[in-house]
Amino acid sequence: MQITKNLENERLTLAVSGRIDTSTAPELESVINNNAQNVKELVIDLKDMDYISSAGLRVLLKTQKLMNTQGSLLIKNVQSDVMEIFEMTGFVDILTIE
Amino acid sequence: MKTLIIEASNDNLYTVNEFIDSFLENEGCSLKAQTQIDLCVEEIFVNIANYAYGEGKGNAEISVENNDGKVTITFTDSGIAYNPLEKSDPDTTLSADERQIGGLGIFLVKKNMDSVSYEYKDNKNIFSMTKQIK
Repeated sequence: MQITKNLENERLTLAVSGRIDTSTAPELESVINNNAQNVKELVIDLKDMDYISSAGLRVLLKTQKLMNTQGSLLIKNVQSDVMEIFEMTGFVDILTIE
Repeated sequence: MKTLIIEASNDNLYTVNEFIDSFLENEGCSLKAQTQIDLCVEEIFVNIANYAYGEGKGNAEISVENNDGKVTITFTDSGIAYNPLEKSDPDTTLSADERQIGGLGIFLVKKNMDSVSYEYKDNKNIFSMTKQIK
């Protein structure tokens, strides 16, 4: 997994590539926790992310709960296999996906 | 049938995934089914690694076989008796604030495999899951 950060004013974009699994999800969680303090608009770009397990879903749910209290979360460019996981788990209704 | 015996530790997840992937590639599994199986392997193996032996250490045995395009993967451990299939499914209609963190792993396994089963026998947890691969 690789994460590219881009912070402009109160908008933070994280481009995540590779896998969000048991091994990598903690790193994503800490990048979000360390960078999202004053962020009103968090964008997570999943264009190059092709695998997510429950460990990754857990981080996205926590992030959605966090952003519900301080602004918004937008998930962009979801690949079809990952979208199927979001559909199966009802995450399509929880997350704002563009 | 191929079998891998390995310490049930999250550090060994990729070794387990590679063991299953190399078997599936030899059997001509579609990439889509392989990704779905990888996910289920992760969920079950990580559960064993995190919970089966409490603070202690122990092994997991992972067997994989193909019967006419139906792949069965069986996980055996000697840890605490635990039937993951008894866990009720998460309510996928709740809002983000109402949803619980966690509990999605076994649900994903049920959704992505064709069938799953659990038994406790000779002091061992035996979890099997089957999927048509082409």
